[in-house]
Amino acid sequence: MIANQQLITIKGTRDGLILKIDDQCAYENVLEELKEKLSLNALLEEDRLISVNIQLGNRYVTREQKETLKKVVRENQNLVVGKIESNVLTIEEASEWKKHAEVKPLVRVVRSGQVINVEGDLLLIGDVNPGGKVMASGNIFVMGSLRGIAHAGVDGDSRAVIAASYMQPSQLRIADAISRAPDHETEGVYMECGYLNENEDKILIDRLQDIIKKRPDISSFERRMLNG
Amino acid sequence: MGEAIVVTSGKGGVGKTTTTANIGTALALLGKKVCLIDTDIGLRNLDVIMGLENRIIFDLVDVVQERVKIKQALVPDKRFDCLQLLPAAQTSDKSEVTPEAMKKIADELKQEFDYIIIDCPAGIEQGYKNAVAGADKAVVVTNPEKSSVRDADRIIGLLEQEDIEPPKLIVNRIRHHMVQTGDMLDVDEIVSVLSIDLLGVVADDDEVIKASNSGEPVALHPNTKSSLAYRNIARRILGESVPLLSFDEEKGFFTKVKKFFGIRS
Repeated sequence: MIANQQLITIKGTRDGLILKIDDQCAYENVLEELKEKLSLNALLEEDRLISVNIQLGNRYVTREQKETLKKVVRENQNLVVGKIESNVLTIEEASEWKKHAEVKPLVRVVRSGQVINVEGDLLLIGDVNPGGKVMASGNIFVMGSLRGIAHAGVDGDSRAVIAASYMQPSQLRIADAISRAPDHETEGVYMECGYLNENEDKILIDRLQDIIKKRPDISSFERRMLNG
Repeated sequence: MGEAIVVTSGKGGVGKTTTTANIGTALALLGKKVCLIDTDIGLRNLDVIMGLENRIIFDLVDVVQERVKIKQALVPDKRFDCLQLLPAAQTSDKSEVTPEAMKKIADELKQEFDYIIIDCPAGIEQGYKNAVAGADKAVVVTNPEKSSVRDADRIIGLLEQEDIEPPKLIVNRIRHHMVQTGDMLDVDEIVSVLSIDLLGVVADDDEVIKASNSGEPVALHPNTKSSLAYRNIARRILGESVPLLSFDEEKGFFTKVKKFFGIRS
């Protein structure tokens, strides 16, 4: 270990600790110093858990390396790892992000017994008939009649929305919430949009225009990236 | 070279066999050489509706298992020389026939006949796969009720995956008074959900049942509304552009005619 050059700087903030890790040295050295530092600094006598954010700068770590870092931090103290931030990502990760951030257009009728599952947002030009199902990891927009099942935010994105030109679904699902059509026969509604009300965990349907106020970030790339 | 049309519906009891018999008869009336194939092995009906039950000697399974030539198994109709029936077996199972065998039979019959009308069994299993394998075109029969439309939608989805032309729709057994009171789905609604072309609309008619029981397809009757509907369908299959009378008009026209002749409907 290089004596007078610190590879890891520890900063304390109100929200916890920030470990800033030098991005020019070898990973093994970082691990070594991290172990040493955390065992030396027996700074925590209280039982309170402290969250740690690790800042890697321009260093890329693999998933295994990330896990090791987390393990080392957890082992030594009453520390929990909050976030691991890095300025770099691999092409695969980037294309994965992009996939989740894209709108997939589709021109067809989704008929009874058919299931469509896309990553990112789904733009369906055509109907979803009763018994048909559309799923997306992001939002679902149906330019046509939605009479079957739509599941937005399949991977847990509770801010996803489902919009349709004509809305008469048998079920709407957003993330883990499910709402179904009433038992009595109902007329559908035109140009409406379903979203998840966070406080009640209930899916509400509102005019398309009102969604702009509720989800102003609906088209932003960052939102989709974070949810991806 | 003729073309093979499969008549299917998914759901049972909507009138596939009756439709097959009547389209076949109507095409024969128009002078075409027609062969009907019943693929509902184990539950054959088409021969009964055609009134040919007691003339069957060999059947589809005999042909598939190469015990007889196709020509030997064909049952000629009692009314038309140009209409023949390849009956299904009653004692075998659907697994006795394969899609490849059906395709071979259909291809062979297409050399000889103008139209091959294939009656498909209910369901989406082996029997359906067999029936569709030999077809170039498909006709989906539905009744104006939710369960039947749901199954038609499923079948259309499956047909779209096959290498055939987009299917056409026949709405069977429509009852005008129930549509008017809103107790029955109307034709426009069904067409808009299924989003395929409409080939024809057939009214619910006692004559159809009567005709089926007597082994004389209703299309032979000159004067009933269902018979006209079937003959119009046949003409549309031939490529004629017969206007799709909306049911209101059709009914209105018929009540007028009937009133004129003093017939009670």
